[in-house]
Amino acid sequence: MTKERGDILQGTLDLLVLKALQLEPMHGWGITERIEQWSEQVLQVGQGTLYPALYRLERQEFIHSEWRVTENSRRARYYALTRSGRKQLEAELAQWRRNSRAVNQVLAATTP
Amino acid sequence: MRWIRESFRRLRGVVRSDELEQGLDDEIRFHLEQQIAKHIKAGMAPEEARRQAYLKFGGVARTKESARDELRPVLLQDSLRDIRHGIRALRRAPGFTVVAILTLALGIGATTAVFTVVKGVVINPLPYPDADRLIVVQHWASGMNTKIPFTMSGAMLSTYTDENRTFQQLGVWSRTTASLSGGDAPEEVEGLRVSQGTLPALGVEPALGRWFAPGDHVRGAPDAVILLDGHWRRRYGADPKVLGREVLIDSRPHTIVGVMPEAFRFLTETPEILLPLRFEPAELTLGRTNHYGIARLKPGVTLEQAAADIARIIPIYLQNWPSFPGVDRSVFLRAHPVPAFVPLKDSVVGSAGEMLWVVMGTIGIALLIACANVANLVLVRAEGRRHEMALRSALGARRGRIARELLLENLILGLTGGALGVALAFGGLRLLATLAPRSIPRLQEVSLDPAVLGFALVLSLLSAVVFGCIPIVRHAGARLGHVLRGAGPSAGVSRERHRARNGLVVLQVGLAMVLLIASGLMIRTFAALRAVPPGFSEPNSVQIARLSIPAGEVADPDQVLRMQLGIRERVAAIAGVSAVSFAGREPMSKAPGRSVIMVEGRPETDEAVSGTQPIRWFRYVGPGFFRAVGTPVVAGREVTEADLLEHRAVAVISENLAREVFKDPEAAVGQRIRETGESPWREIVGVVGDIYDLGLQEPAPPIVYWPTLMEEFYGAPVQLQRAVTFAIRSPRAGSEALLSEIRSAVRTVSPNLALARVSTLGDVYDRSMAGTSFTLVMLALAGGMALGLGGLGIYGMIAYSVSLRTREIGIRTALGASRRGLEGMFVRHGLVLAVVGVIAGGAAAVGLTRLMGSLLFGTSPHDPAIFGLVALGLVGIATVASWLPARRAGRVDPMRTLRGE
Repeated sequence: MTKERGDILQGTLDLLVLKALQLEPMHGWGITERIEQWSEQVLQVGQGTLYPALYRLERQEFIHSEWRVTENSRRARYYALTRSGRKQLEAELAQWRRNSRAVNQVLAATTP
Repeated sequence: MRWIRESFRRLRGVVRSDELEQGLDDEIRFHLEQQIAKHIKAGMAPEEARRQAYLKFGGVARTKESARDELRPVLLQDSLRDIRHGIRALRRAPGFTVVAILTLALGIGATTAVFTVVKGVVINPLPYPDADRLIVVQHWASGMNTKIPFTMSGAMLSTYTDENRTFQQLGVWSRTTASLSGGDAPEEVEGLRVSQGTLPALGVEPALGRWFAPGDHVRGAPDAVILLDGHWRRRYGADPKVLGREVLIDSRPHTIVGVMPEAFRFLTETPEILLPLRFEPAELTLGRTNHYGIARLKPGVTLEQAAADIARIIPIYLQNWPSFPGVDRSVFLRAHPVPAFVPLKDSVVGSAGEMLWVVMGTIGIALLIACANVANLVLVRAEGRRHEMALRSALGARRGRIARELLLENLILGLTGGALGVALAFGGLRLLATLAPRSIPRLQEVSLDPAVLGFALVLSLLSAVVFGCIPIVRHAGARLGHVLRGAGPSAGVSRERHRARNGLVVLQVGLAMVLLIASGLMIRTFAALRAVPPGFSEPNSVQIARLSIPAGEVADPDQVLRMQLGIRERVAAIAGVSAVSFAGREPMSKAPGRSVIMVEGRPETDEAVSGTQPIRWFRYVGPGFFRAVGTPVVAGREVTEADLLEHRAVAVISENLAREVFKDPEAAVGQRIRETGESPWREIVGVVGDIYDLGLQEPAPPIVYWPTLMEEFYGAPVQLQRAVTFAIRSPRAGSEALLSEIRSAVRTVSPNLALARVSTLGDVYDRSMAGTSFTLVMLALAGGMALGLGGLGIYGMIAYSVSLRTREIGIRTALGASRRGLEGMFVRHGLVLAVVGVIAGGAAAVGLTRLMGSLLFGTSPHDPAIFGLVALGLVGIATVASWLPARRAGRVDPMRTLRGE
């Protein structure tokens, strides 16, 4: 379902979005900025995939949205983690760690 | 559980999607603006900043589209796609689709039509408020030798009304005919006389005016009449100012006090007017139970409580009233009447209920066969699509998804068939209404309503599930390797894969067996009934019509008799009329009088012990009536004009009565009988053949035929039949030409007389068989359908089996199998299925036909001839149905098939 541009590993966008929202509610643009900033501009979030992901997460009730006014008084939709979203984040993080460790081990293995 | 939660979420998505959709535009705009602002801040030119922002965003429209995809209720969307897909798939197989839909439409349509009738007639037949509190008040003469309940008298009504604690209302009613004159044309209509409690018991308020008031039931008060809707529209053009108008009924002025609403029905009667029943308290006695009783129970009172209440009152009634003139009180005491109440609904529905349930069951079985047939078709189709299904699941389609698509296809079939079926049912109801016997109450009023449509919908869905599940179970999870390896649809067929289809064919044959046996039994019943000599001959050439001369018109009984004889003479002069006479009522008509008779010289038949004597039917005849209807005179002679004109005390009795009492018809002539201990003796002048007065299914009752004019009958100085049925034998019976000649003959005698209830004796005869004919037609239709579908099922099974096994056949031929041997192999397959079906169906029929026992006549529900014939016929048809496709097996060219693979 998710069409990646190759800049974000397939399947990790949801995890990144949840992680970005872990500290505070944010609007869509803020999320892309946050991810790019944290990844030191390595990960480029394609907005074409961000919004479908946000809507999907909202439908799954991992996040929850509301319209708010920004600091420079613009109207924007802010997304926040729900309780089940936090659980999902933890679960996905654990999963990610397991997988990445496994992948790293495979990659670190020396050929016999 | 998870999918339930998910569905809820998606459903909520439907509700919220509008709001989200709108937000999406704003959100994307905000995002782009932020991005542009960021670029500008970094020192980019505004134009470039905008370009970069859009570039980075990557296709606004596409983003919106894919976001929207997330919003949309996926299940619904998928379903819509599946439905489109399903319709496309069905359109690719038009032959299959048309046959399946038509088969279902027929099955569902027929079942819906019959259900409509059953619902309207059996489940919900009484159009009265709280109809379950209405009962028929009648009695058993438990001390008498009779199976027929007796009804109510004025004296009973009076005592019961005063003493009962369980009735809210109690009323009695009886039929009457009324001559309407004073208008443009004299007219004779059917009416009812009702006592005071009758209309309040039914509880239907008049559309105009009022019910009868207590004063209307007092003799000598001004006469009142209530019109029924049909009469009001026909004769008064639905004039709302009709109340208070006077109308001449039986030559006496009556005031119209009310008009009943259109929806009002009086049980199964078809009156045009209602008249108040009037009892003179001074004239009430025991006996005279000439009225039907109806009561509305108080809320919460049961039928049994009411019966116990009346059982308590009956001794009071027997004590309080004078005995019937000429009959000792002890006769009534010994008759020992006890309440025999039944719910009004049972009484109204009567035997029609049983007949309709049988028809309903029959049609239901036919629907089941239709479903089996469609299931078979679906299976064949699914076999052909195994390759497609396997390929699809190899390409990643989930098992559930394929199942859902198959189910949807079946639902589309089921619902389309159902919709078409409802249309068919609509037409079928019209047909049923003309086909069905009049004994089915309220048939003209049944119609499709929401409950029926709901029934049809449930039926369609159920059918879809029934015929749809088997292929789904078998194919949704087709192991792909298994199928793909098999190299397409012509691969060898495993035994296991055939089991479902074999089972369906056996089911079809078995059900067809049940239906055909039921039809066969009805055909035998019909033939047996046709073979019963009704007691009259060539009824289709006997014209009958009622004619009444009211007392207000001509008071003197002798003058009325002379008018009746005069009419007889004038009608006899009409060309082509070979015989004509009149009688109190035509044969096979409702409600003859019944009582005991006493025989001269037989003290055991005297009143003192007459309580134990059998009940005889009383009818009244004019001169030469038996010649007119074609009943043979077995001994002696008929009643003559002279008997009537001279008031001779004579009687004619039926042959079975003569044999029972006098051993021999000849011996009966000259003997004397009388109806009470104080009446004059009346000489038996003749014995006539038995007439099946109660219908052909019942034994002919013993009948006493009295003259239409008698002296001292039951103590009345003169008893005269003022309303008589004329029977006119002519080859032109039933034609308008003859009728108009009869009418002008009547007019020469009196211009104020009108003919009523014009028909032929043949109609009366047909009506007595109407229930049987109707059941027969319905069963034959269902049976024919079952036979056709069953044969088709076997044919399809064998044909398909042949087409699947061509390779095997080719190999066998190549190895030297004979053509005949190959054909035999397939015919044997068909025969095995048929025989198993016949045995199973026969076993089921043994149990099921017992349910229709009461509809049968002259045959046992387990008639071995019918069972044998149907079994043979089915096996024969199965042989033909398997042999036709089996021939193809013999013609298979081994080289071509083997090379073809």
